[in-house]
Amino acid sequence: MQQLESLIDKAERTVNGATDLDALNEYRIRFLGRKGELTGYLKGLGDVPVADRPKFGQAINRGKQRLQAAIDLRQETLQEAALKARLASESIDVTLPGRQQGVGGLHPVTQTMMRIETLFRQGGYELVEGPEIEDDYHNFEALNIPADHPARAMHDTFYFDQHTVLRTHTSPVQVRVMTEQQPPFRVIAPGKVYRCDSDVTHTPMFHQVEGFMVDEQVSFADLKGVVSDFLRLFFERDLAVRFRPSYFPFTEPSAEVDIACVICAGDGCRVCSQTGWLEVMGCGMIHPQVLKNVAIDGQKYSGFAFGMGVERLAMLYYGINDLRLFYENDLRFIGQFSDAVSKGKSR
Amino acid sequence: MKFSEQWLREWVNPDIDTDTLGEQLTMAGLEVEAIEAAAPFFDGIVVARIVSCAAHPEADRLQVCQVDDGRDETLTIVCGAANARPGITVPLARIGAQLPSGMVIKQAKLRGMASFGMLCSAAELGLVESAEGLLELPADWQPGTVIQDALELADQCIEIGLTPNRGDCLSIAGIAREVATINRLPVSAPALTAAPVEIDDEQRVVVDDRAACPVYCGRVIRAIDVSKASPLWLQERLRRSGLRSISAVVDVTNLVMLELGQPMHAFDLDNVQGTVYVRRCREGEQLTLLAGREVALQADTLVIADDEKPLALAGIMGGEDSAVSTDSVNIFLEAAHFRPAAIAGKARAYGLHTDSAHRFERGVAASLPEQAIERASTLLLAIVGGQVGPMTTVADTNLQPQQAQVALRRSAVCRLLGVDINSEEIVDILSRLGMQMTAVGDETWQVTPPDYRFDIANEADLIEELARIHGYNQLPDSRPLVAAIMSPLPAAHERLLPWLRQALVDQGYYEMISYSFVEPELQKLLDPEQTPLSLANPLASDISVMRTSLWPGLLTAAHYNQSRQQQRIRFFEIGKRFRGSLAERKEETVLACAVTGAVSPEQWGETMRPADFFDLKGDLEETLGRCLSLRFSACEHPALHPGRSAQITDESSQTIGYIGALHPQLQEKIGLESEVLLCEISLSGVDTSAVHHFHMLSRFPAVRRDLALLVAADLPTGQLQDVLSAALGEQLKEVRVFDVYQGKGIDSGLKSVAIGLTFQDISRTLTDDNIDNMVAAALQAVTTQCGARLRD
Repeated sequence: MQQLESLIDKAERTVNGATDLDALNEYRIRFLGRKGELTGYLKGLGDVPVADRPKFGQAINRGKQRLQAAIDLRQETLQEAALKARLASESIDVTLPGRQQGVGGLHPVTQTMMRIETLFRQGGYELVEGPEIEDDYHNFEALNIPADHPARAMHDTFYFDQHTVLRTHTSPVQVRVMTEQQPPFRVIAPGKVYRCDSDVTHTPMFHQVEGFMVDEQVSFADLKGVVSDFLRLFFERDLAVRFRPSYFPFTEPSAEVDIACVICAGDGCRVCSQTGWLEVMGCGMIHPQVLKNVAIDGQKYSGFAFGMGVERLAMLYYGINDLRLFYENDLRFIGQFSDAVSKGKSR
Repeated sequence: MKFSEQWLREWVNPDIDTDTLGEQLTMAGLEVEAIEAAAPFFDGIVVARIVSCAAHPEADRLQVCQVDDGRDETLTIVCGAANARPGITVPLARIGAQLPSGMVIKQAKLRGMASFGMLCSAAELGLVESAEGLLELPADWQPGTVIQDALELADQCIEIGLTPNRGDCLSIAGIAREVATINRLPVSAPALTAAPVEIDDEQRVVVDDRAACPVYCGRVIRAIDVSKASPLWLQERLRRSGLRSISAVVDVTNLVMLELGQPMHAFDLDNVQGTVYVRRCREGEQLTLLAGREVALQADTLVIADDEKPLALAGIMGGEDSAVSTDSVNIFLEAAHFRPAAIAGKARAYGLHTDSAHRFERGVAASLPEQAIERASTLLLAIVGGQVGPMTTVADTNLQPQQAQVALRRSAVCRLLGVDINSEEIVDILSRLGMQMTAVGDETWQVTPPDYRFDIANEADLIEELARIHGYNQLPDSRPLVAAIMSPLPAAHERLLPWLRQALVDQGYYEMISYSFVEPELQKLLDPEQTPLSLANPLASDISVMRTSLWPGLLTAAHYNQSRQQQRIRFFEIGKRFRGSLAERKEETVLACAVTGAVSPEQWGETMRPADFFDLKGDLEETLGRCLSLRFSACEHPALHPGRSAQITDESSQTIGYIGALHPQLQEKIGLESEVLLCEISLSGVDTSAVHHFHMLSRFPAVRRDLALLVAADLPTGQLQDVLSAALGEQLKEVRVFDVYQGKGIDSGLKSVAIGLTFQDISRTLTDDNIDNMVAAALQAVTTQCGARLRD
């Protein structure tokens, strides 16, 4: 009995001294395995006097249980330590930069066109495109701008020959649509246009969105409402909008549209030349001669048309201060406008 | 058009300040572009008279003047001006005066002589850029008067930008009409008196082209004194209108033009030989213009000529030979009415832009020439004297512009403007604008516009006038009444481009936009087989031809960014290229990309590698390739590396584009630092009518078998894929090339291609036998068709 006690004590000490799971397993086998030391005692039970056997057997079993408990506890401790060590060895520096494959960006002109298109589509306008190389008829004549008309000087035109030009506006699309289809119309025509002019505030190519609506009851007041709504929605604020009499050969009455300067809120700054107003688009009621040219009954139908410069709107919306940036295609510029929400300063 | 507010207020003087006046003009369609003071700020400058002048004892060029500045004692002032002489009246800056330049006048010693102030030139008062000598003021001005008061400098110069339809506002008279109408005030035009006729001399005038010149008026004035300068008030008026004073005669004609809007010209009568003709020029005729420039007259140009030669470009500019000079004694004054179409575009054709042509192109009232001659005669008599001859008028009333009668209905006004405007206001506004209104029925009128309005031809023109004066911003904003029909979704062809753009952005590309016109030399290198369309009037040689390809723009932008330390560049552009002859031109929308530099952004933990052909090819396959079957085959293209270029064909074997590495020689020539991958693909072939259609998913397992095939090294791998796809049926789901190897263990001239075949059936589990049979069939096909064998 004494011997058994000391064996178990020794085994327990050994188990508790195991430094890893392999050693522990080895000890388990040494003491509790089929050929283990404690198992040996059980086998030797036959040599014990019969009267002592139950007592002796019970002692062995208690010893076995005690030892198994010690092994289990040690195993749990060692497993926990092993996991800890593994996790510690697997730790990373979370402050290192994330892995990136690089995402690109859309040109701000495209994004601005998309904003404009989205708003007008919501108003039921259909999108139509037309050729960029135009004939004299569609670019000028049909729009009531005959040759030698002083208004031609307003359009610094690129010519290929006497009758073929790079379109100076997207208004020829208006002529094409009205010639080919029957009213009512609600159309926008976005695209590139060209003027023979290049300086700080002009590029020889730029983008316009022309829009027009023709129906039986379309009035100048409707034009004012539509244009004002558009501008407020585009700039996402309740802007002051004013209409100023102007002249375009293809509209009558004609108007230039000004908005309260989005930079200085109308107080006067460099961008608005201290006037507090920014000219953003031209518009008017489609000229009776234009309707006549496309064989639409001007007594029955009336319509309005408007045209806006996309770069101008983009500059004002994003606060871009130099028109020429649009066509330098500097990656540092193009990449700035692609996200749904800017994490920069709010305005 | 620039004018003096003071001058305008002599015609009409509403009780409003300058800013309000400016606002009114702008909101009536006469856009105010600038308002500036008639003179800059200065202080302490008064009218003074030089009493005597004596030579400075120490300096030849200086004089010591005694000057009366209205106070008890004369001032001693040392002056270097050549025109300083006793008796003249001049501006004096007293001690303590501040000049526009900011300079403050102090007592000074000039060459030892004390000076108590400074006599001033017009330039020193900031009235003109430069001036010689002292500004001589009228002799009767009272010494001591503050200069600002004497010169009436409390005035503003207002500059308005006029639209081409408003030629009638190119005069004080016209602007006054507008201001009067806006403020519902009458106009008080200065009384026009006829100059007394003292002599009988008449210049004979023959108008050949009466349609172009329906009215021609002239008058001889003899014995004028051209040594007389324009009076200061006249010079000031011109100056405040942005014109320089030239000579009394020219100044008077310019003043009348500014006042009434009628351009005029004065000839030196002694240089006019015989009759004055208004005719078209003859072939080979030349004319030396006022500025000294000689022009060869272009066919169809209307000229004023005498018996011998052309004297002036009618309505545009006079000639030098017949101009009034410092020797002139007798003049012939002319004012004519030219039909706008006879003048339009002509000045531009000679590279000229004159105040006269500017007005005639827009239309000048036919009733003005006689008034202008009378006004100018009266002014000239007062300034240069002379004897006035009778008015010569050659007029053909039948050929004068006839004012159209325009019908106006109140109902149309209300309908077009979307607001109720009552009859009283309609009649009031239009009458004030000079329209004759005749009621012809219930709220309907026949309207005759005045002869100075060339822009009123129909009802809409009248409605604009009403809206303008009523006030655009007094009109309501409304929303069009339209049927609430749901609009269709954007059509497939409209969805393609936005989708493609976004897909490319997600793939790491930046969208760029370049000019549609490019440098011809660069384009010739990149696309030598196309002849581009050339602009007749390019702005610069580097943007003179239309692009036949987007590559010139992409490479220019790539170079621009490389020069700004950007090494990794991934650009795409979607836009039109222009091909074919002018008569058979084709505008085609294409997608083009340019890639250079590392395949991914520089970062830790990744091996950096330059992007190559297969990166761009893969990007294309993963974007446009999802909408269109792209097939690649080796090709040669003049701009591309011959071993790294492919033509792209669609399902119907149409070539739709090219992809490849920029030819190394071109890369060097353009100055690009690293290999550039390019592609350009026409988007016109995308079948936008196709819609997505569901494919059933198999519920049975897929099985993959890998084959390592030995084939000739130059066999296009794509051919293996094609043969395998063709040989096996629907159960073959995928053919994936996962390794290509050449080198150790493989005979030279061969390569090993490892291909994974994935099999799956929609309705059952494929057995090993099935798959073995298919693999055998696959091997059979590639052996016979591609000369492949299994690698051991």
